[in-house]
Amino acid sequence: MSSLQQTLTLAWRSLLQLRRNPWELMDFSIQPILFLLLFLYVFGGAVAGSTAAYLDFILPGVIVMNLVFVTVYVGHGLNTDLTRGVFDRFRALPIARWSPLAGRILADMVKQAWCVLLLLVVGFLLGFRLGAPVSGVLVMLALLLVFAFAMSWIMVLVGVVARDPEHVQLFGFTALFPVTFLSNVFVPLDTLPPFIRAVVAANPVSLLAEASRGLLSGGPVLEPALWSLVWAGTITVVFAPLSLWALNRRLARS
Amino acid sequence: MDDAIRAEGLVKQFGATRALDGIDLSVPRGTVFGLLGPNGAGKTTAVRILATLLAPDAGQAWVDGFDVVTEAATVRSRIGLTGQYASVDEKLTGRENLILIARLLGFSRRDARARAGELLAEFGLEDAAHRPVQTYSGGMRRRLDLAASLVGQPRILFLDEPTTGLDPRARLDLWNLIRQLVAQGTTVLLTTQYLEEADSLADEIVVIDQGRVIASGTSDQLKARIGGQTLVLAPEQESDLATALSIVTEIVGREPEVDGARLQVPASDPALVPAVVRRLDESGIVARELTLRGASLDDVFLTLTGRHASVETPADDAEVAP
Repeated sequence: MSSLQQTLTLAWRSLLQLRRNPWELMDFSIQPILFLLLFLYVFGGAVAGSTAAYLDFILPGVIVMNLVFVTVYVGHGLNTDLTRGVFDRFRALPIARWSPLAGRILADMVKQAWCVLLLLVVGFLLGFRLGAPVSGVLVMLALLLVFAFAMSWIMVLVGVVARDPEHVQLFGFTALFPVTFLSNVFVPLDTLPPFIRAVVAANPVSLLAEASRGLLSGGPVLEPALWSLVWAGTITVVFAPLSLWALNRRLARS
Repeated sequence: MDDAIRAEGLVKQFGATRALDGIDLSVPRGTVFGLLGPNGAGKTTAVRILATLLAPDAGQAWVDGFDVVTEAATVRSRIGLTGQYASVDEKLTGRENLILIARLLGFSRRDARARAGELLAEFGLEDAAHRPVQTYSGGMRRRLDLAASLVGQPRILFLDEPTTGLDPRARLDLWNLIRQLVAQGTTVLLTTQYLEEADSLADEIVVIDQGRVIASGTSDQLKARIGGQTLVLAPEQESDLATALSIVTEIVGREPEVDGARLQVPASDPALVPAVVRRLDESGIVARELTLRGASLDDVFLTLTGRHASVETPADDAEVAP
């Protein structure tokens, strides 16, 4: 069996867990829909004048926000495998050393794609219509997955360092809430006070949301997309080696 | 290299703790080898090195003739490992767990299903096969864990404290499964805190303490060294302790250890108990407790190191009342 097949088998295993654990599926499927509905109908009128206009604005934003939250599952799953001894079981098998981690990240990509498509369908039902070519959806999906991949490395580090899976979740939500809210997901950049505008403008969540808006409804794409890729590259270059180093250190210490 | 497992001078240091301080082992093929010691003695570290999960700081080890460091990938294809904690995926069913391992070992979809079915039947897990593992009892989990390490029919099996935390019934079930495996020719290296377990399963036992081998031999050889059984005596009146002590010393021929208001001494001859009862009666001493119990790991330790092992005794430790 090739190491690619081993990775696919391990990704299949992560996705199979969902069938036995519908709460997780609900968590990353229902929660973003609730966010979308709440913000749309509570703030829509105040922020954009009408819910219809606001939908065009926040649908891409909520997709990006959810993407960032869903990466927590990489850390959560990895930590569960490490603390429960499942990771050791895999390491004692004659399979490629990197396949358990790769399988976990690959499964996360599938979850991410599912979430993006689900939110697009819900948006469509709420009245959202594409204002740009359909190919834009595919480019957006690719861009988002590249960023999710980069974020996975941060979550691998969190998964390695955390004492138990609950701490991964706790960290995930306390650290990621400010990161996602200090962005242009819910409100346009120019409504913000100047002192946080610079932070918000540089936030990769804002850049991804802006690029996604452009790809779905028309508007600037190239610049925010390029900056998002710069972020993704930087995060990967910093966190991939750091996470692997931390993982090997943890494995060598028990 | 005829041994299934061989280790020479294994050393492993974790920060300031020396987990292994030069361990030599040699396990002939087709035998059960017991690694006995209290918590923190280095048993798990030794198994993790032999199972290629950890690299030793010094020393060398071979499993099935292959070096565990330089030929780790080959070693992994020869071994099965069952850890102290049930290392199966709790969110998958029993069957899915076994299919997963089989697929990772290169079985086709159909062969993986067949192998999983075989093992589920063999381990009495057919009725629970479709349930997520998180609903299993401790004994069922441990059986599934053992089944998972046997998917690839390894010739050498590492069992790290396979029955810790199990009730006596589940422990006996697991012992029987292990005996069956050995009868089929598998070499087993087993770690345990229970002398009784090593006694009942292992052909040869090595006792380790603080990362060193402190004794080795067959179960009978070890028992001969420690007297096999322990006489425990607690007089009703604490003021009688000194008299009781001299009586026991005289009869057993060895000074007992005083543990609170209790005397303990290794005693191999069951005839000692009536003799002690007679002398206590003559001296007018009433015993609150007088028992002859099977040797525990603690007794082994006390005899070999002069220290107590910090382990709990198993629930079904045999006690012989006088």
